[in-house]
Amino acid sequence: MSADVQLDNVWVKFGDFVAVRDANLTIQGGEFFSFLGPSGCGKTTLLRAISGFQNPSTGRILIGGKDMSGIGPNRRPTALIFQNLALFPLMTVWENISFALEVKGMGKRARRKKADELLELVALPAQGDKMVSELSGGQKQRVAVARALCAEPEVLLLDEPLSALDLKLRQHMRTELRAIQQRAGITFIYITHDQGEALTMSDRVAVMRQGVVDQIGDGTTVYDHPETAFVASFVGENNSFTGTVTEMKDGLAYVQTECGPIRSRTSLAAPLKKGDNAVVFVRPESIHFCKDETRTDENGLVATLAHQEFEGHFWHLALKTESGHDIRMSVMNDGRSEVYEIGASVSVGFSTQGAIALAPGELAVD
Amino acid sequence: MTSGGVMRIAVGFYILLFFSYLFGPLLVMSFTAFNSSEFPSISPWNCFTDEWFEVLIKDNQLMGGLKSSLVVGFGVVLLAVPIGLAASLLITQLRSRARSVVYTIAISPILVPGVVLGISTLVFWERVDRVVLGAQDGFFYDGYFMTIIGQSTFIAAYSMLVFLARLQRFDPGLEEAALDLGATQTQVFRKILLPFLKPAIGSAAVLAFLASFENYNTTVFTIVSESTLTTVLASKVRYGINPSISSLAVIIIALTLIAAVAHEFLKRKEERQAIAEKLIANPVAIKAGRSKRPLGLPIGALTAVLFVGVLGSLWMGQNYDVDQCKVRVAEENRVKFEALKQQRLAEAKAKQTTSSQDQDSAVDAKQSSGQYQNIFAPSNLGQQIESDSGAEPQSETETKDAKQYQNIFAPTNLGQQVESSSDSD
Repeated sequence: MSADVQLDNVWVKFGDFVAVRDANLTIQGGEFFSFLGPSGCGKTTLLRAISGFQNPSTGRILIGGKDMSGIGPNRRPTALIFQNLALFPLMTVWENISFALEVKGMGKRARRKKADELLELVALPAQGDKMVSELSGGQKQRVAVARALCAEPEVLLLDEPLSALDLKLRQHMRTELRAIQQRAGITFIYITHDQGEALTMSDRVAVMRQGVVDQIGDGTTVYDHPETAFVASFVGENNSFTGTVTEMKDGLAYVQTECGPIRSRTSLAAPLKKGDNAVVFVRPESIHFCKDETRTDENGLVATLAHQEFEGHFWHLALKTESGHDIRMSVMNDGRSEVYEIGASVSVGFSTQGAIALAPGELAVD
Repeated sequence: MTSGGVMRIAVGFYILLFFSYLFGPLLVMSFTAFNSSEFPSISPWNCFTDEWFEVLIKDNQLMGGLKSSLVVGFGVVLLAVPIGLAASLLITQLRSRARSVVYTIAISPILVPGVVLGISTLVFWERVDRVVLGAQDGFFYDGYFMTIIGQSTFIAAYSMLVFLARLQRFDPGLEEAALDLGATQTQVFRKILLPFLKPAIGSAAVLAFLASFENYNTTVFTIVSESTLTTVLASKVRYGINPSISSLAVIIIALTLIAAVAHEFLKRKEERQAIAEKLIANPVAIKAGRSKRPLGLPIGALTAVLFVGVLGSLWMGQNYDVDQCKVRVAEENRVKFEALKQQRLAEAKAKQTTSSQDQDSAVDAKQSSGQYQNIFAPSNLGQQIESDSGAEPQSETETKDAKQYQNIFAPTNLGQQVESSSDSD
């Protein structure tokens, strides 16, 4: 039922513009795999190359071990869910869903039966006779999934299908999609610029930047152990401190930054040595207020509180150090509703494990 | 009065003017179809009659022309619509440079005068006929063939524009989605694109048919020995028309109105159904459905007008005798002519007595002055006929048909002329 997808040195060029640069990766059969990246990073091009709408300039794409070059989208074992869903407006819901069977020449009754089964699967029973225009956004979404599944693909490709939905529905559809994937047991390849979607649904995530796959790993790896400055800055929020490595000891880097020396862990995939330029990333939630006790593995900073936002489960604070560096910090709201005063001088800290030093590189734009 | 009121009256007047400009000629023409006068006119009104419909049906030339117009029209639809469709599909597939080149080529026949298209079609196919078939008057030199080909050159461009407008709203993602779901290119065309283009195909076909039906300046060259409705009408205008042409117009107008009313009726029925379906699905949507009134024909008023027309003509048919009326009108006319004749004679006499220099030549001079002076006066024409009928005494009572214009517009007259001219070549 499910097939693995293998990209071998895949390049896609449009004239001088390189949309995908030397992609090499293998997606396991039955895996929920996401490509995560900002718009224009080449992830949609890669998806179109896998589904057969775009020929790679060089390299091979193998699905289930078979080379797909020269095989059109209608003869590949893939189904694509389009960003705008591309439901057929002149057909009813069940005709939409069973389109893949219609083109195979299956009889009407059998098609109807299959469509009703799929409507059950996507939790839309007895909606088959409606026109697509009569459905809500979430329902259209489900119809698109059912239509793609009806083709019995070995690999299902999804191109930001949730981007048009509102937040609540989007969160609901995440779990739903994940559940459908597990029920159907086929490979899902998911494209998104929303890291929340990628992290919650995927078995593995590939972070892309300007046509290059920067890092592949499961959610926690990508979030906690970024290998490049781009991944660290794109996935989740991060504070960055640029500086120079003064010493490497016990796997820890000592980096002299504009806000003073910082001790931090480093990435094994991108080792640093003494004298290198480096960027230290610290997550807002890794920063906490320092009370009286000072620990030896701690980095400490003194800053003034510039701005604060209350977001229910978190306080988001904006700090400014003496050197003028902006720091974002998140404090869990534990119900005591501490009130922080704007302009107050605060002492904050973060552990060496809460910071990671990486080689400098392109940062994601907020 | 407030300025708003003045404005409203001015706008009302303008609208009235505009609509009388649009529909006035049609209305007048429709009335002339029911006047027994030999020439299409509403004033003087002679007798209400439906005989022109009969004349129309019995007019072999017109009917033959109508038939070939229909044949050519359907031929053009069958040829021009697929060509237009193909061109529009090609244009949407192409990239910018090639696209504008193909577009310009496809659209150019619209810009070329129809006369040029007609002549070039004639010359080209005549050549082809000679070179390929080695024969004169072979298949390619057929009037129907050349007219269909000639008209299609520019009508295909019209239908291409219709398709392009529709295709601009087509989401190419749908094509990709269908392909992705395993459809072949042919299936994508048949199951996705064609259903989407269906309304455009309908309107392109109607447009093509109408454009072909009314075409004259290309057809007149390409039709060769055959004739279509437009060429027959044109020759009739040259040799004299009678109200049977008006009756043809009435039929065409009536058909158009009926088609429009039927279309509107179906559309409203569909809308009502859609609203009802929405209502079942979502009762809150009632208001939205109601407030969206379609901007359409006043269907009730039109149906009422048609109904009254049918009833009126039925009543007329039972209580009205055309022949009686005609006899009466002829008698009235005769009396009028008689009076006019007397008046003229009296005038002539008076002149004769006042100018007494040369009595012998005075008679000639008087006659000639009676005939050629005052030549544009309406009464003059009557006098001429009068004097003619005086010379041939048998026609006085039979002027029922012959009347004013020496019957020059009578269909029989034309038939003779054309027959004799076609005999001669």
